[in-house]
Amino acid sequence: MTGGHGNAGVEEESVHVGKTVGRAEDVVKVGMIAEMSGPFAETGRQMVNGAKAYQKVYGDSAGGRKVELIVRDSTGPAPEVAKRLAQELLVNDKVDFLAGFGLTPNALAVAPLATEMKKPMIVMNAATSVITLKSPYIARVSFTLAQVAAPLGTWAAKNGIRKVYTLVADYGPGIDAETAFKKAFIAGGGEIVGEVRTPLRNVEFAPYLQRIKDARPEAVFIFLPVGEQPVAFMKGFSERELDKAGIRLIATGDVTEDGQLEAMGETPLGVVTTHHYSAAHDSAQNRTFLKAFAEVAGSDFKPNFMAVGAWDGMAAIYEAIRRNGNGPIDGDRALATLKGLKLDSPRGPIMIDPETRDVVQTVYVRRVQKRGGRVFNVEFEQFPSVKDPGK
Amino acid sequence: MASLLGVLFDGLAYGMLLFLVSVGLSVTLGLMNFVNLAHGAFAMLGGYVCVVLMQRWGVPFLMALPAAFVASAAAGLILERVLYRRFYRRSHLDQVLVTIGLVFMAIAVATWMFGPQQQPLRLPGALSGQWTLLGVDLNVYRCFLLVVGALLAWTLTLVLERTRFGAAVRAAVDDARVAEALGVRVTLVFQLTFAVGCGLAGLGGALGVEVLGLDPTFPLKYIVYFLLVVAVGGTGSLKGPLFAALLLGVADVAGKYYLPQVGAFILYAIMVLLLIVRPQGLVARA
Repeated sequence: MTGGHGNAGVEEESVHVGKTVGRAEDVVKVGMIAEMSGPFAETGRQMVNGAKAYQKVYGDSAGGRKVELIVRDSTGPAPEVAKRLAQELLVNDKVDFLAGFGLTPNALAVAPLATEMKKPMIVMNAATSVITLKSPYIARVSFTLAQVAAPLGTWAAKNGIRKVYTLVADYGPGIDAETAFKKAFIAGGGEIVGEVRTPLRNVEFAPYLQRIKDARPEAVFIFLPVGEQPVAFMKGFSERELDKAGIRLIATGDVTEDGQLEAMGETPLGVVTTHHYSAAHDSAQNRTFLKAFAEVAGSDFKPNFMAVGAWDGMAAIYEAIRRNGNGPIDGDRALATLKGLKLDSPRGPIMIDPETRDVVQTVYVRRVQKRGGRVFNVEFEQFPSVKDPGK
Repeated sequence: MASLLGVLFDGLAYGMLLFLVSVGLSVTLGLMNFVNLAHGAFAMLGGYVCVVLMQRWGVPFLMALPAAFVASAAAGLILERVLYRRFYRRSHLDQVLVTIGLVFMAIAVATWMFGPQQQPLRLPGALSGQWTLLGVDLNVYRCFLLVVGALLAWTLTLVLERTRFGAAVRAAVDDARVAEALGVRVTLVFQLTFAVGCGLAGLGGALGVEVLGLDPTFPLKYIVYFLLVVAVGGTGSLKGPLFAALLLGVADVAGKYYLPQVGAFILYAIMVLLLIVRPQGLVARA
């Protein structure tokens, strides 16, 4: 948004944990490229705070070496900025790991640099399937849209939903979600009665909603990027009384993302989504995560799956450092560690697939419910060990 | 038939929303001939005032709307004195540069104060839900937008065409020196007109939160829509932008309903067509 000149403030924010350390090889540098300003600033803030929360709980060193986090602002979907920042991080700061990446174009732009410099690149969020194929040094700890959309297709078909209308945002992740959902849903015996792809800058859902209402499906499946669109869609959905017309709303978890769920009011109650993380997930590790995140970011800022992606990314990096031994971080050795690595994530157990370097995890089916006056995605069914079906 | 009427209603309501968020720009750009790209920043200010008043102080929505107008008008009044006034006689490029700079500043300030996330707005029960009339679903808030938009257009036209102040505005815009010689206090007239334009932006912003959402990137995200309405409508009157907004709204909604694959482009196709046919806008300056 600011063409890359507005990031001075963010650079100040770098966590200089390793300042007091004398020998350079005792410091491991992690260069984090995240969207800290512009329309996707929420993504970056989630990731950076998630990573800081991890360091707060597990300390700022791994295997006896300080871990220094250097944050750079990619300013939004700006591949050329991301690439330049990665070059600076690799050449000037001499980072040992590249990490972050909320958006696919930014991750794709940096992939060739990771290969060339043999540096491990940890994708903490960007969720199109193709990313991990672009460099043998990429490992992903977040999710792919196909991975969470396919189980929803299976679930819907199994639970008596026969006719579905699909509505997705017209860009890479939307098309991934649509394809995976349709495939699984049709395989389960379901029928797609209509489909539409809406423009990324869409504000007016009224005509689409009316069209869906007129088509009388049993459910509508949607994927829209986090932001004003899911809110607008939900509002329209209840205002036009599609729910009263007997149409159910099912979606990927981005639509009822934890950070904004409360801003949506009562509208999303009862919506069924599939995703890999919910703030309501009941585990010791999740409680640790939520507590640390609140301490780092303040209790007003609600963490979501993006913060968890960064937390797990840091966990993977810490493990790679521990198993590297003394001496400089060896990229190939780090990747050997990452392949097949199992982590106890706030979302539940996850593994990095040794074949594809993509995350293998439980996908949960959740329903939006009120609990103690607050709205949560409450998990009620799960699909264990789901791989990315997009490959 | 019912679906055709439904599409027409939704289209008119959407058009009216476009008119409401752009009418302030019709005043500053259309009437005063000042390229105020920061229009969206004043709209965003109105939106935040409305949301904050409702959330933090429990002010009812209908009371928050005039407050949004007043706050944006006051901001406009101050900025006119310290900044805008110096740029009236400068080239359009200078005006573009200074106002786009204001947009970036506004975005940064809003992010710093409110964070990058969407702001929630809870409409009062009386304005949500829908009525069914002759088999057509009428959304209550959209009906409200239609009424407010129509009232506003009527009042503004009346003020501009029938009052002494309206005559002074038109005279000051047409020829400031002659108007001044005839006793019109041009500086004051401009100042007030600019403040009203900004106030209208704030009102439009507050009315738009429900449909458009509100986050710090608002002024840039919707700049195309504001400019579209004023460019297609033509400068010099408020009827042009009103007709343009309604036409664009109906075209957009109908396009998305009947041809969802290409519907999103219809808005722009209509714009291109209209500007080829009437490069001065629907209602050109006399």
